[in-house]
Amino acid sequence: MNLGEKMTLKSNLKNILLVIFATLILSACSTAKKTGDIDGDVYTGKETVEFLAAGVPDRVFFATNKSSLTTASRATLRKQATFLRKNKNLNVTIEGHADERGTREYNLALGERRANAARDYLMTYGISGKRISVISYGKEKPVNPKSSPLAWSQNRRSVTVKVN
Amino acid sequence: MKKILFTLLFYFIFLIKSFALIEVDITRGNLDPLPIAVSPLHVDVKSDNFKDLKVKELGENISEIIEKNFKNTGLFNPLKKDAFVQKPDIAHLKPRFEDWRLIKAQALVTGKLLIKNEKLKVEFRLWDLTAAQEMTALAFTTTPSNWRRVAHIISDKIYERLTGEEGYFDTRIIYVAESGPKSQRIKKLAIMDQDGSNTKYLTLGNELVLTPRFNPTNQMVTYMSYFRNMPRVYLLDIETGTQEVVGNFPGMTFAPRFSPDGTKIIMSFAKDGNSDIYTMDLESRVVERITEHSSIDTSPSFSPDGKFIAFNSDRSGLQQIYVMRSDGSNVKRVTFGKGIYGTPVWSPRGDLIAFTKMHKGRFYIGVMRTDGTGERLLTENYYQEAPSWSPNGRVLVFYRETKAGDKGEGFTAKLWSIDITGYNERKLYTKTDASDPSWSSLLSK
Repeated sequence: MNLGEKMTLKSNLKNILLVIFATLILSACSTAKKTGDIDGDVYTGKETVEFLAAGVPDRVFFATNKSSLTTASRATLRKQATFLRKNKNLNVTIEGHADERGTREYNLALGERRANAARDYLMTYGISGKRISVISYGKEKPVNPKSSPLAWSQNRRSVTVKVN
Repeated sequence: MKKILFTLLFYFIFLIKSFALIEVDITRGNLDPLPIAVSPLHVDVKSDNFKDLKVKELGENISEIIEKNFKNTGLFNPLKKDAFVQKPDIAHLKPRFEDWRLIKAQALVTGKLLIKNEKLKVEFRLWDLTAAQEMTALAFTTTPSNWRRVAHIISDKIYERLTGEEGYFDTRIIYVAESGPKSQRIKKLAIMDQDGSNTKYLTLGNELVLTPRFNPTNQMVTYMSYFRNMPRVYLLDIETGTQEVVGNFPGMTFAPRFSPDGTKIIMSFAKDGNSDIYTMDLESRVVERITEHSSIDTSPSFSPDGKFIAFNSDRSGLQQIYVMRSDGSNVKRVTFGKGIYGTPVWSPRGDLIAFTKMHKGRFYIGVMRTDGTGERLLTENYYQEAPSWSPNGRVLVFYRETKAGDKGEGFTAKLWSIDITGYNERKLYTKTDASDPSWSSLLSK
C-alpha cells in the first residue's frame, strides 16, 4: 500500500467517525427533547405542578444546590403575585424543598433559602411580607419518591400554599 | 564487641517480649483477630429467683453478649463453646492453661454470679493463656435487671485491658426510627443499647423529628422537631420525658449539638434565606451569634476542649468544612479535596474530624486531621451521611439509604458502623428503618 492510499483510508475513517459522532449527538438531543422536562437540571415540566387558580402554578423549580430563580420561575411567581394582589385577604406559606442527594442539615438551610428566594420575588411585586410565611422541609418531603434525576429535579422546589 | 552487644540487646528485647502480656493493636485494620474463649459465668446455686429473670441461664446469656460485643469489634474471635474444656466454676478458680491453649485460645474470660437479696453480685477474670497468668479481675454489685449492662461493663474492662483504650460497649445510640412510604415518612426518636437491644421510642411520630444528639452525661438530648409545624430545636430529658423548645426564634432553628461541657447548645438559625450559627446558654438563656455571613453556615460541632468549632458553609460557592475559634474568629476553610463536604464532627479524642463527602454522585464517610490534612475515605456508597463517634474515637456510626424504584419501593435507611481504620463495616440491628444516629458516652464512668 502506498502513502496516498493510506491517506484516503485515514480520511475515510475520519468521515465515518464524524458521522457516528453526529448521530450520537443527534440521538442525545432527541432523547433530551423526549424527556424534555429538564433544562440544565431544572425541572420545566408540569407533572407534579398544582394550581392556586386557573393558570397560576403553585411551584417553581431549582438547579442542584442553587436557589436562584430561572426565567420560567420568575414568570410563575409573577402570576402568583397577580393572583395574590387580586385576593387581598389570602395569606400563603412558601415551602422550600431539596432533593435527597444532600446532607440533611445543609438541605434544611437550602430549602429555607429557596423558599425565601420565592418570597423575596413576590415582595418585589408588591405582596406584603406579612402575608407570606416560609417553612423549609429540606429533603424530608419529596413529591416524587423515585431515585432518579427527574425525580430529584421535581423535588428541588418551592411550593406556595394557601393558608386561609 | 559490637556483635556481642547486638546479641545481648537481641536477647534482652526477646526476653521482654516473651514476658509481655497479650495486646491487641487497634490502630490498624486487624485481619488476624485474637482468639478468645468466653466461659459462661458460673451461676451460684444459692442464687435467689428474681422476678421473671431466668437466673439459671444468666451466666450463659451474659457470656453471649460479651462474645457478640467482641465479635463486632473485628479485633477478637470468640471461640465456640462446645470446644471448651473446663467447667465454668473450675476454670474461674484456676484454668488449666495448657488445655485452653489446645483449642487455640489466647485469652480466657471466666466469671461467676450470685443473686441474693435482690442484688446481683458478679465477678470476672481475664486470663492470658500464653503467659499463664491473670490479667485483670473485677467484682461488682448491681440490681439484677441490669444484667445486660453487666455484660457490657465486663466487655469494656476486657477491651480496655487488651487494647489499652477505653471501651464503648456500655453505651446507647439515639436515632430517628423511620417507617411508612418515602414521601410520607413517619419519624420517631428512638434509643437503644449499642448492640440493638432495649429499643425505646421517645416520641409518638405525630410530628417530624430529626438529628437527636446526646449531652455529655447522656441524660439530655437536643433535636429538631416540627411540632405545630414550627421547625425548632428542642431539649428532651430522657428520664422524665420533659420536652422544651430552646431555639424559639422567629425563623427555623436546626442542626443542634451540645457544647462539650454540656452548658450550651450550638445550632443554626435560619431567617430571610440566611443560616448562621448561634449558641444558647441553657441556664442563663443568653444567645450568642457566632457566624455572620450571607452564606449557609450549619452543622456546627465543638472540639472536645471547647476551643474550636468545625462547621459546614457554602461561602466558597459549594459546601465545604471550616474551622473557627469558638468565639467565631479566625475562620479557616479546611477541605480542598475534590467534591463537596458536609457534617463535620469532631472526634472525642480531638485529633480527627469525621465528615460526609459527595463526589460524582457517590457519598463517602471519611476522617481527616483537624486542619484538613490526611483525608481518608472509609466507605463509599449510593447515599450515606451523618457520622457520629464512639466514645473512644475508634468507630463511627452513620446512616445509609438505598436507591428507590419507580414508586419509592426498595428504599431503606439503616445504621452502619465502621472502624476509622476503614475495616469492619457492619450494619447495626434496628427494629425499624433508622437514620441520624448519635452515640452516647460511656454510661458508667
